[in-house]
Amino acid sequence: MTQRERNWLLLAPAAAWFFVMLILPLSFVFVFSFGERGDAGGYVPAFTFEQYANLPARFAAFKNTLILAPLGTLAAMLIAYPLAYQLAVRTDPKWRLILLVLVIVPFWTSILIRSYAWLFILGGQGIPRLLDFIGIEDVRLIYTPFAVLIGIIYGYLPLMVFPIYVALDRLDKRLLEASADLGARPMTTFFRVTLPMSIPGMATGCMLVFILLMGEFLIPALLGGGKVFFVGNALVDLFLQSRNWAFGSAVAMMLIVVMLVTVTVYMRLIARLNTQRDDDVALM
Amino acid sequence: MRIYAFCVYLFLYTPIGIIALFSFNAGRHASQFQGFSVKWYGRALNNPFVMEALENSLMIAFTSAALASIIGTMAAVGLHSMRGPVRAIFDAVIYIAIMIPGIVIGIATLIALVTVFDVVNPWLAGLWADAEAAPQFSMGRGSVIAAHTMFTMALVVVIVRARLSTVEGALMEASADLYAPPWVTFRRITLPLIAPAIFAGFLLAFTFSFDDFIIAFFVAGSETTLPIYIFSSIRRGVTPEINAIGTMVMAASLILLIVAQLILRRDKKT
Repeated sequence: MTQRERNWLLLAPAAAWFFVMLILPLSFVFVFSFGERGDAGGYVPAFTFEQYANLPARFAAFKNTLILAPLGTLAAMLIAYPLAYQLAVRTDPKWRLILLVLVIVPFWTSILIRSYAWLFILGGQGIPRLLDFIGIEDVRLIYTPFAVLIGIIYGYLPLMVFPIYVALDRLDKRLLEASADLGARPMTTFFRVTLPMSIPGMATGCMLVFILLMGEFLIPALLGGGKVFFVGNALVDLFLQSRNWAFGSAVAMMLIVVMLVTVTVYMRLIARLNTQRDDDVALM
Repeated sequence: MRIYAFCVYLFLYTPIGIIALFSFNAGRHASQFQGFSVKWYGRALNNPFVMEALENSLMIAFTSAALASIIGTMAAVGLHSMRGPVRAIFDAVIYIAIMIPGIVIGIATLIALVTVFDVVNPWLAGLWADAEAAPQFSMGRGSVIAAHTMFTMALVVVIVRARLSTVEGALMEASADLYAPPWVTFRRITLPLIAPAIFAGFLLAFTFSFDDFIIAFFVAGSETTLPIYIFSSIRRGVTPEINAIGTMVMAASLILLIVAQLILRRDKKT
């Protein structure tokens, strides 16, 4: 057996699995999105753009997702950055690993249970009741965009801290000393050296979180209570409740397109930001 | 700055702590603490629905993680010594598998399998003399395992390839020069070197599968996994029993994580 044949044999099971369980199903979604709904739900073969024309009916789901996902990503980054900075730059190396593990541990436990914890805290018997004690009455937190945002930040903060930490940890600390030696104030050093050098880490973190948020279902389902819903919630409704497979497939295709477009635009922006910085450095 | 870090840790752990605390609540109401008790743990462990869901979840997670580790490692080793279009296509497929949201994987698998089964099942029934006895495909554990294996396999390929790229190629060449057959080189040289990565991949796959709600929600048919059980219980209202189950699940993941760390640590020393 030649090396080439061996390689093919090694790849064959994975290739077959990916084909049957990924490529084929995604092709079904693509084909179904041009079909029609059967009388009893499901799918009837057809070639029509009707489902795509109907997409504005689910505009609210796309709008919510495209507002809350970037907002949640940004908020998580703003909270994660100082922590990552503290861990990577200011913490005694002896404690660094254990503190980092403590940030990541929650991410390894079920996001379902962690979101459910907030249902508990923000619900009528949680924070609103405490506020009631000190005289602030009738505060409603659960089933609001705020609750969904808290759930998002809570769920994805660990995923954001890690890449920023890695970027800051790799940063050559002598650069910071050099900057200080050349008379830069701590603030100047931070904004001119530390922050620009941690952009790749921030970009990775934001991308990871944003991609996961685009398909989010659990957090809005539990904390948004049907009032604040994402595309994911619309998809569950279309496939499992109203069984409108053709329209659901069109919504899913649209979600993939929106994701591809935003991620591509985002990557372009980051790339431009990086080249601009290199130009700045060249000018200095 | 220290106070800030402390606050973030507080934010991360308070909700988990509250769940754990209220799982020991003696009262029936989820939100008023009425004394310490472990009765909800007993209640949960004696609930046949919980145990069935747990059994399904463990079985699905173990099978899909094992399949993903074996097939994923094979693919990673195959890809490592390969160039050209096949490799590029494989990279693209893995990228798609990781980028596409879980919910889209779930619905795609659902509609594809249901459609294919609708065609295959009558055909199988026609093939058998006794139509009643013919094997029939349906959504269930098998479809969840297949879908989870697909996604976690992509993760294993990425992890194992990253490890392979750091392994000294000279070691493999030396082994081949000394007339070791490829299989022996793999078993004696490559496998021990990439074992930690395979193990890490297995754990990641197991955890993903065990915690996954959204894919299983679409493709599990009438079967229940633990996350599906928890989700539908929450829909019916918050109970201390769910807190107890949640606490046990979190404790189990924590123990798994510590065990993994210890094994990887020991591996590094030897």
